[in-house]
Amino acid sequence: MQAKLSVVALSVAAVFALGACGEKEEAKPVAVPAVPAAKPEVVVKLGHVAPMTGPQAHLGKDNENGAKLAIDELNAQGMEIGGAKIKFELLAEDDAADPKQGAIVAQKLVDAKVNGVIGHLNSGTTIPASKLYFDGGIPQVSGSATNPKYTQQGFNTAFRVMANDVQQGKALGEFAAKQGVKTVAVVDDRTAYGQGLADEFRKAAEASGLKVVANEYTNDKATDFKAILTKIKGKKADLVFYGGMDAQGGPMAKQMKELGIKAKFLGGDGVCTPEFMKLGGDAAEGHFCSLPGMPLEKLAKGPEFREKFTKKFGAEIQLYAPYVYDAVMVVADSMKRADSVEPAKYLPALGQTKLDGVTALIEFDQFGDLKGGAISVYQYKGGKLEYVETLGGGAVATAQAEVKEAVAEVKDAAKAVAGAAAEAGKDALKAGAEAGKDAVKAGATAVKNAAEATKAAVEKK
Amino acid sequence: MDIFLQQIINGLVQGSIYALVALGYTMVYGIMGLINFAHGEVVMIGTLVTITVSGMLIKVGMPVALAGLAGLIAAVAVCMALGWGLERIAYRPLRNAPRLAPLITAIGMSIVLQNLAMMIWGRNYLVFPPLLPKIDFEFAGANFTSVQVIIVLVSALTMGGLLLLVYRTKLGMAMRATSQNMPVASLMGVNINRVIAAAFVIGSALGALAGVMVGTYYENAHYQMGFMLGLKAFTAAVLGGIGNLAGAMLGGVLLGIIEALGAGYIGDLTGGFLGSHYQDIFAFVVLIIVLMFKPSGLFGEKTGDRA
Repeated sequence: MQAKLSVVALSVAAVFALGACGEKEEAKPVAVPAVPAAKPEVVVKLGHVAPMTGPQAHLGKDNENGAKLAIDELNAQGMEIGGAKIKFELLAEDDAADPKQGAIVAQKLVDAKVNGVIGHLNSGTTIPASKLYFDGGIPQVSGSATNPKYTQQGFNTAFRVMANDVQQGKALGEFAAKQGVKTVAVVDDRTAYGQGLADEFRKAAEASGLKVVANEYTNDKATDFKAILTKIKGKKADLVFYGGMDAQGGPMAKQMKELGIKAKFLGGDGVCTPEFMKLGGDAAEGHFCSLPGMPLEKLAKGPEFREKFTKKFGAEIQLYAPYVYDAVMVVADSMKRADSVEPAKYLPALGQTKLDGVTALIEFDQFGDLKGGAISVYQYKGGKLEYVETLGGGAVATAQAEVKEAVAEVKDAAKAVAGAAAEAGKDALKAGAEAGKDAVKAGATAVKNAAEATKAAVEKK
Repeated sequence: MDIFLQQIINGLVQGSIYALVALGYTMVYGIMGLINFAHGEVVMIGTLVTITVSGMLIKVGMPVALAGLAGLIAAVAVCMALGWGLERIAYRPLRNAPRLAPLITAIGMSIVLQNLAMMIWGRNYLVFPPLLPKIDFEFAGANFTSVQVIIVLVSALTMGGLLLLVYRTKLGMAMRATSQNMPVASLMGVNINRVIAAAFVIGSALGALAGVMVGTYYENAHYQMGFMLGLKAFTAAVLGGIGNLAGAMLGGVLLGIIEALGAGYIGDLTGGFLGSHYQDIFAFVVLIIVLMFKPSGLFGEKTGDRA
């Protein structure tokens, strides 16, 4: 009985549903003519690739957040290109920092016909992937791949918004020489990034008169460095340079301390992270690292960016998020100038970029490298990265910072002048008031006296 | 010379850790002829559980030593349950299947556990709380810490305890009987299922202990840390003669020392032709050499159809 009932109920429901459908279909042609007033919306797909699994997943997430922030802002602004409303969409892919995986997801993005690619994070994955993007005619802007080879392959689709390792390694070699050390040991993780950076550092250090006493290697998944560090201890190096990432650098600094190695540790952008200090603990204290570009605090839009980022994601910036943000903005800016979202049409505009980004004034040279990329050195002090100095050809960024400082100085001076004027005015007023008071008092006394005199005169009469 | 001594110390400590993990491999293999490739992940989960439990207790204000002990107990408990569960879910249904089937399941379980750990603990490196007092020592120009001494001691004591268990208790006798001949042992009244489960549970408890040692030594942990550690420990077990407890111990220590000396001297010996980036390769070169020339390992007994 129940079964029968439910069958009946179902068929009744089905009839109603069908009826409803029929009504909708009939209503549709009536509704359409009302719509065309709204502009067509075009979805622009941007690929983003970074490791979301493995030891560098925290950096990958940071990159993705940078891209997300930029895209959300662009969508909120409501850009219009070629008469259509643009909606950006992020296709986030995970390359696990693995070159093979990097090529696979790159092909996936090419097949998905994305309008542009942001990334990848690692040089090791960016370089093989860049060939695929070039073949697909898809512009690629990396916010963090620093190996010089990336832009030197002759691909007109490859750009980066960060100083490369030739600039970084050279600046670090010169910095090391200035620290008064004589012998250095160089360790790298045999990745395109670590090895490239270490090679450039070695060249610059030797050119500056330092002696490289040991060349040691590890990999980007290792946890034990005691054997190679012991060897370095035996060679009596004054400074250990590490070309690699924070997940190895932090523990390496710790194991240096355990082995009683007194040498200073120096690394590139891969170890210039909160994660390095977390993993290195006390052993991180006093060591050096560098970041391409200027510290956020010294940049006009830096502090504002940091605030936006932490507010949106509830997390500190790990490393490259501002660069990735700029990379997205560069692509959007080029599309706007070219008035097209078609890769072939906006690619020439990308090369002509002149954008005042968060991290720098972004202009590309003929290779797609950042013009005049600055390198800043930091020191770990009391659990924080403390800015030491800016090196390298960062004329643009430095000038920008100097202008900012000058503006701040002028502002301060104006404030001081205004303050002084206010003080003076206050004093004058006070004095005036005093004087007025006295005058009133005197007047009152005079009136009193007069009154008394009058009274006396009246009494006399 | 002080550098040589330092390398020996490095290798000894690293080797003790390999040995502790290798015991888990060798026990399971000795009894049921299965290579439990998920053992490295059991070690990883032991480390991560300790981080969570001890970290929480330290935050609440419990003394570090007590929190560490609680973390260790929690890790051992979780890993024992995990070992039992693994045997029940992944291996028991395949006990009479062709040998390849449980091996593939083992690799599958390893991947499942890694991803499970990634979902629970996230992808970041976690900092292991300093549970043991760290005092620096210097001896003849070589540096070592109290933590390293404790790791070697714990490793040695554990192995002693395990030998006692296997050669002096009834359970141990049942284990040895099972490893000799499973059907006959069962005919003699040995509860095979219980013995095998016990081997997994004890092996996993040792894995948890190893995990805590690894954590205290490197002071960091990660959901992928078990994979390479597991492979190296497996190599150590093969080097010592898989199935042989003392062999696993010696194999672990030997492998640690081979690695340390290899990474330290290969560059100088080959004039820079080969370098320290071959550190991880030594383990596998050793594995290949052992399998080629003495498949039964240093302490291995006769090689039946099982090895």
